[in-house]
Amino acid sequence: MATVFIPTPLRKFTNQTSKVEVSGNTVMEVIQTLTSTYPPLQRHLINADGKVPSFINIFVDDDDIRNLQQEQTAVKSNTIVSIVPAIAGGSK
Amino acid sequence: MEHYTVTFSKEELARYNRHIIIPEFGLEAQQKLKAAKVLVIGSGGLGSPLLLYLAAAGVGNIGIVDFDVVDDSNLQRQVLFGVESVGLPKVEGAKKRLQSLNPHINLTVYNTQITSKNAIELIKGYDVVADGTDNFPTRYLINDACVLSGKVNVYASIFQFEGQLSVFNYTNANGELGPNYRDLYAAPPPPGLVPSCAEGGVLGVLPGIIGSLQALEVIKVITGVGDVLSGRFYSFDALTFESRTFKIRRNPSNPLNGDNPTIKELIDYEQFCGVKAVERKIKEIDAVELHEWETSGLDYQIIDVREPHEYQIVNIGAELIPLGSIVDNVAKIDRKRKVVVQCKTGNRSGKAIRELEDKFGFENLYNLKGGILGYIRDVKPELTAY
Repeated sequence: MATVFIPTPLRKFTNQTSKVEVSGNTVMEVIQTLTSTYPPLQRHLINADGKVPSFINIFVDDDDIRNLQQEQTAVKSNTIVSIVPAIAGGSK
Repeated sequence: MEHYTVTFSKEELARYNRHIIIPEFGLEAQQKLKAAKVLVIGSGGLGSPLLLYLAAAGVGNIGIVDFDVVDDSNLQRQVLFGVESVGLPKVEGAKKRLQSLNPHINLTVYNTQITSKNAIELIKGYDVVADGTDNFPTRYLINDACVLSGKVNVYASIFQFEGQLSVFNYTNANGELGPNYRDLYAAPPPPGLVPSCAEGGVLGVLPGIIGSLQALEVIKVITGVGDVLSGRFYSFDALTFESRTFKIRRNPSNPLNGDNPTIKELIDYEQFCGVKAVERKIKEIDAVELHEWETSGLDYQIIDVREPHEYQIVNIGAELIPLGSIVDNVAKIDRKRKVVVQCKTGNRSGKAIRELEDKFGFENLYNLKGGILGYIRDVKPELTAY
C-alpha cells in the first residue's frame, strides 16, 4: 500500500484525512483507487482527457512524475505519493 | 555598486555584529546585503515577515509594491502593521515601520498594482524579486517578467494551512539556469476552484513561517551562502507538520524559456488564468434591492453557499447549501420563484449560479452583489462582518 498525502485544500473531500493508504501499482491506479473511495476528489485529480491536470503536481517520493513515467510511474508499497496543488495566497 | 566597495558606519557594524561574526557569513556577505536591491511585491501576510527580516538584516535597497490599504482584518497575520496603520496605504505603513527598524537602508515604495504594462519597468532596477502576492494572474505575471528580464524570483505561497516555497529562474555557480513557475505549474486552476485567502482563510502564523523562509532564501541568493532552494520545491503542512522538499526540473515545453519559446513579452494574465473567460452575465441583485424584496413581502428563496462555520459567524436567514454540495442539492432549489444566491463576497455564489444554469438550466437565480459583506455594509451594519 502506498501512502498518499492529501493537501489541505482537498481534505474537505476526504473527511479531513491527511494521509491515506492506497493500493495500486502505478500512480494512475493509486489515483483511481483514491477517487473511488472519495468520489468528489475525482474532478480535481483527473481531467477530461483522463490525466492529472496541470495545476496539480504529483510527486512520487521526492520526484515529479513528469520527470518519471507520468501517470504510469510505478508505485511500491513504501512509496509516498504527494498531491501538491497550485495555491496562490500570500497577501490578502 | 560592487559589494567590495561597501563600507559600514560604526553604528552599522554594531547592528550587524551577529551576522559578521558567523565565519560562513562574515563582513563580505554583509557587504553584499547592503549593496543588494530587492523588490518585494505584496506587503501582506508573506510580505510582512519578509520585509521585517530583510530590513533588519541590512538589505541596502528595498522596493515595495502594493496597492492595498491596511484593513482591520489584516492585523491577524500582517505583523508589519499596527492599529495606527489601519486606513493607510500598505506601502506607507510598511515604509514607516521599516525605516524605524533600520534607518541605514533605502526604501522605495510603489503604491500601485503590478500589471503587464509596468512590471518590466518596476523590476528593472532590482537584482532579486520576492513574490508574496495573492492571485494566480499576478503569480504568472511576476514569473514571466522575471524570466524575460533575467531576475531571480523568490516565490512563496500559502493557503489555509499549506505553504509552498521555491527559488525560480536562478543561475547556479556552474551557470545552470533553474526552473521557473511555469515548469512547476504549466497552467493555473480554473477560476473559483482554489479560493483566495480572503475567501478560504489562512492561519495567521503560517505566512509568518513561510515569509521568514522566503527572507532566508532572498538572503542566500544575495550572499551566495548555503544552497539556494532552486530546482527544489518546499511544501509545508502546518496541521500535520509534514514538510517535504521535492525535486523539480526545467520543462522543455515551457513556453517562456523551453526549447521553442512562444511567449516573448508579457501577456494578458487575467485572460490566461480564465478570469475574463467567465464573462457571461448572470443576473444580480444588490443589498439594497434585496432589502426592498425583504420588506415588500415578495415571495422568493434565498440560498447561502458558504461553509457551515461561516454561516455560524453570521447569516441572514438563508438556506445553507455549501458550494461543494450545490449540485447534489439541486432539488432544494426553487424553479418557479426568484432565488437569491449569496456567499461572503459574491464570488462563490456567482460560480454556483453559473454551474446551476449550465448543468440544470436555471433561469431564476440572482447573485447577491458584494455577498453578505455588502449586505452588512449597506443594510445591516449591526451584524458581524468577518
